[in-house]
Order: sequence, then structure tokens, then C-alpha cells
Amino acid sequence: MLKGRYEGKAWKFGDNVSTDSIAPGRLMHLRSNPEEFAKHVLEDANPEFPKNVKPGDFIVADSNFGCGSSREIAPLIIKLSGVAAVLAKSFGRIFYRNAINNGMLLIECDTGKIKEGDMLIVDFDKAEITKKDDKEFRETFNLQKTEKVIVNAGGLLDYISSNNSLDDI
Amino acid sequence: MPKTLVEKILSNKVKHDVKPGDTIVADVDFTACHDGSGPLALRLMKKRNWDGVFDPKKVMFCTEFGPSPAKELSNEHSLIRNFAMKHNCYWHEGGTGNIHTHLLEDYVKCGDLIVAGDSHTTTHGALGAFATGMGSTDMLCVLRMGKTWLKVPESYLVQVDGELPKGVYSKEIFLKLLKDIKSDGAIYKALEFKGSTIESLSMDARFTISNMGVEAGAKVAIMETDETTEKFLEKMGRKNDYQKIKADDNAKYAKTIKIDATKLEPMVAAPHYVENGELVRNIKDLKVDIVFLGSCTNGRLEDLHIAADILKGKKVAPWIRFIVIPNSHKVYLEAFKDGTFTTLAEAGAMIQAPNCGPCMGVHQGIPGDGEIVVSTQNRNFKGRMGNPNAFVYLASPATAAATALKGYLTDPREVL
Ligand code: SF4
Repeated sequence: MLKGRYEGKAWKFGDNVSTDSIAPGRLMHLRSNPEEFAKHVLEDANPEFPKNVKPGDFIVADSNFGCGSSREIAPLIIKLSGVAAVLAKSFGRIFYRNAINNGMLLIECDTGKIKEGDMLIVDFDKAEITKKDDKEFRETFNLQKTEKVIVNAGGLLDYISSNNSLDDI
Repeated sequence: MPKTLVEKILSNKVKHDVKPGDTIVADVDFTACHDGSGPLALRLMKKRNWDGVFDPKKVMFCTEFGPSPAKELSNEHSLIRNFAMKHNCYWHEGGTGNIHTHLLEDYVKCGDLIVAGDSHTTTHGALGAFATGMGSTDMLCVLRMGKTWLKVPESYLVQVDGELPKGVYSKEIFLKLLKDIKSDGAIYKALEFKGSTIESLSMDARFTISNMGVEAGAKVAIMETDETTEKFLEKMGRKNDYQKIKADDNAKYAKTIKIDATKLEPMVAAPHYVENGELVRNIKDLKVDIVFLGSCTNGRLEDLHIAADILKGKKVAPWIRFIVIPNSHKVYLEAFKDGTFTTLAEAGAMIQAPNCGPCMGVHQGIPGDGEIVVSTQNRNFKGRMGNPNAFVYLASPATAAATALKGYLTDPREVL
């Protein structure tokens, strides 16, 4: 369910962060143990991230975050690490669907002015991002209807369970 | 309204005219999961107390990383194997191919809507199918209900004309496209490939292009069907699965991208991004440790033939690990019968049973720290082959074979 407001620290990543970086193939034997896999989330891109990420933090990336393979373990271990939302200029299409299907939020927006360590406030009711220590900064975003419906239901499977059909999505 | 290929196929599926941006719910013609996407889908199925699939004759499961390299993965394999057996779904054991080769050899029909639990499902666009990859939750929805939701994508036309010069293959067409439009150049879009070059390509070569469509972010990478498509399906014993699929004249494309094939030269994608296209002749003195010829991108018979022609009667450089993995059991048997494997083995190749091998870093040829790999696969992301401290160059089978021979990254025109 979409909560109105999240507050947390920004972890900054660049362009084309692939699912191979988020959930490397060399650790595929951990796939059946997501809690253990989550201890390695994004470690090839930033070794500090899995060690120090706090519940409520944000991943903030440039374009094409989550490009590459369809492995759903990638958004799952990001969710397990407690990240409140991922913000990026654009997302890999399959990663995007996988995250939404798991009731996780992805925000497409201009992330150019967000720096590593910025304290962000993401407000879903107002569809805006602000910074705690910079009153000038304000970035808005749009959530698509279908995506909102799925996240609000708690994910695709909950949506199907409660609607018994996909036809009106 | 004149329609692009995907607009035609999707309109046909939902029985009314669709346009880019529409959200539709459509019946899936065939679906498949492998040991990557299948186990999670089945665990989620169990959690919901659901059991079974919408139509076992439209569902295939397979293991790609088999025979299994680790006990944890063996258990995952058992999970999907047992399910496939119990519910009478199609099943392919690890060591007989990868998901896409099974799909294109045995199942995909022209005009189909194909959804499978793997990103390179775009491969089947070469057969004139709307084919796209999804993750485990979407796959569970397809397995249960036989349906999925889709946004009708805008189409980009990729017009490729002219004769490919010596030493240049369909791999270069895609690497050049990636260099031009970058790996986010077609996110959420359909790529439609057309032109005299595409028409001249074999199916083996066309699959390479559609396979890599997702590397530009595309939802599908589709082509019109023709005699070549028909002959291929006939060879696979599926003549009736052929259908002429053609876009309307005057269909509207959001963008047209032109590639002059006559200007292409042997190219690689340098580490760690697929969009880092560089001409092979501009990279000097790059000593290579591993050459991998295989994967769902380039492990087909034509690819093995190209390598065997270069290596016939010769030996690969002594420091090279030359790993060859045909991408299906059919290809494996043909390469045995026509002597291709003898040629490659005599040259020093390590030939393995059909599976994904080191492509995703799971097993059978993980590079060491600092090592340089030249691979015919589709991705060279940091860590992709199992070691974030290795460096992967993506290349055509000819560049791979020439490199194995010399031990240094080599322009195949030097040895052809
Ligand atoms: S060969 Fe590589 S890209 Fe193709 S299905 Fe296997 S792991 Fe994926």
C-alpha cells in the first residue's frame, strides 16, 4: 500500500546499473535464500551500500537502472534491504515491472540535482521530492495508473487474488 | 490506420485496433520458464495455494545451468522438473540447450504472442512473433491465467541496407546500433528491423539481432517473415507454423534509424557496457585469456561453421582457453555429424554440452581476476561472467575464432 511520505538518505548510482550488479550471477546459489542474498545487494557497484543502507533510504540513479536480466531477485533484495523507493531517470523495462509487481515503488524523475547523502522527502500524495536541507529543491513526478493500481493492491498477485481477474487492470 | 508489425499482431490478439500507449490484456500463445525464473514463480504459486497451469500444451520448463554445478541449484532444478512432470508441461533437461533455442526450434509460431521468464525472449521477434521477457511474478500470472497485461509500445524502424563486407556479420549490425542509440535508446519501445541486409540474412543470423534487442532496452525486436523463415520452420519440422507477417505500407514509426551495412567493420563492445562499440582494428595488442563461442546469441550451427572455417588445420594460442558451447541438442548433433566438432576439437576447443555455460557467471569457465574474455554472448556488464574483476569484450564468432587462433584480439579479416 502506498504510504504518503517517506524520508531517507540518497545513495547515488550512475547510468546502466544492471541486474548483474544488483544481484550477481556468481551468487545465484543464494537465490532460494533472499535474506542472505540481500547482504550482497549492489555490492559490485558500491561495496558500502549493503553494509550501511538503512530502512527508508533511497536509491537514486541516472538512466536505465535495472537494465539486463529478468531476475526478480534483483528488486526483491532491494526491497529486503529496506529501501523505500528507487528514483532514476529511466528504468530497465523488466526490472520496472518486477518491482511494481512486488509492491515496490519506482519513480521516474530528473535525478540530476540529487547528490549522494542528500536527505530526501518523497511525498506520494503531492507527487513531489524535496530535500530536508535545501528549501530551493523540488522535483515532481507522475505515477502511471496501472502501476498505481498494482502497488496499491500490494503487488500483482494480491491484485489478482482480490479481483479474481486481470481484465480490468 | 496503417499498422506496424507489433500493432498488427497485438490488434489481432485482442480483436480490435490498438495504438501505442494503449494498455491491453491479451492471451499468451506460448510461455516458458527456466531455472532462473521458474523456481520463484512456483514458490509463489505454492504460497497462494494455487496449483497447475492454464494449458500444459502451451507451457515449457527447462534448466539452463545443467548438469547442475551446486546442490542449491540442483534443488531448484528438481522443483521445476517435478512440477513440469506432474502437470504434463513440456520439459527440457539442462545440458540440452538454453530456453530460447528450445523455443525457436520447437514452439514459436509466426504471429504468436510469446511471454517467457527471460529477458532475451526478444529473440523470437525474428520469427515474426511479439516476444518479450518478464520476471517470475508476471510469469506466475501467465502460467495460471494464460494472460498478461501489456502497454502497446511505440515502434522504431531500423532500416539496414547493403551487402555486409567480408568479416562482418549480424552481430556487428546490433553492436553498431547500440553504439548509435545507446543501451537506453529503445527502452519500452519495439524495434522493427527491415531492409535488404536483413532479408539476405539466414535465420541463425537474424536471431542474433533479435536476441540482443533487449540490450537497447526494447520490449520486442521484430522482423517480417519471408521464405527464409518458412524454410527454417520446415527444417524444424513445423512448416505449418509459418505465416506471412508484414507491416502495412505507410505504418507510422516514432523514429527511423538507418544503418548502412556496407560501411560496417568488425566490431566489439568493450567492457563493461554493451554500448561501448569499438572497431577491432583500433584495439592493439590486447592479449586474451578466454574465448567463449556460444550462448543464445551466437551458438548456432552457422556460428560454429564460421569458427571452424577459420580454425581448420590450425591450433589456438597455447595460453587461450577456447570454450565452445553449441546452443541446442540439434546443433550439437549436427556439428558432430558434419565434422565441425572434430575441426574445432583438433584446433584445441573445449566443447561442452549445450547450456548457458559461463555467459551468466554460474559455471563452466569463470574468468580469473584481471583476465580478458572475448565472448560471442550478449552482455559484458561488470561481473556478468562471474568475476567483477574480469573484462569482457563482445564479438562475432569470426572475431572470436580469429582471436582464439592468435591469442590477441584479432580482426577476422586478417585470417579469412
Ligand atoms: S546464454 Fe546467457 S543470455 Fe542466453 S539465456 Fe543463457 S544466460 Fe541468458
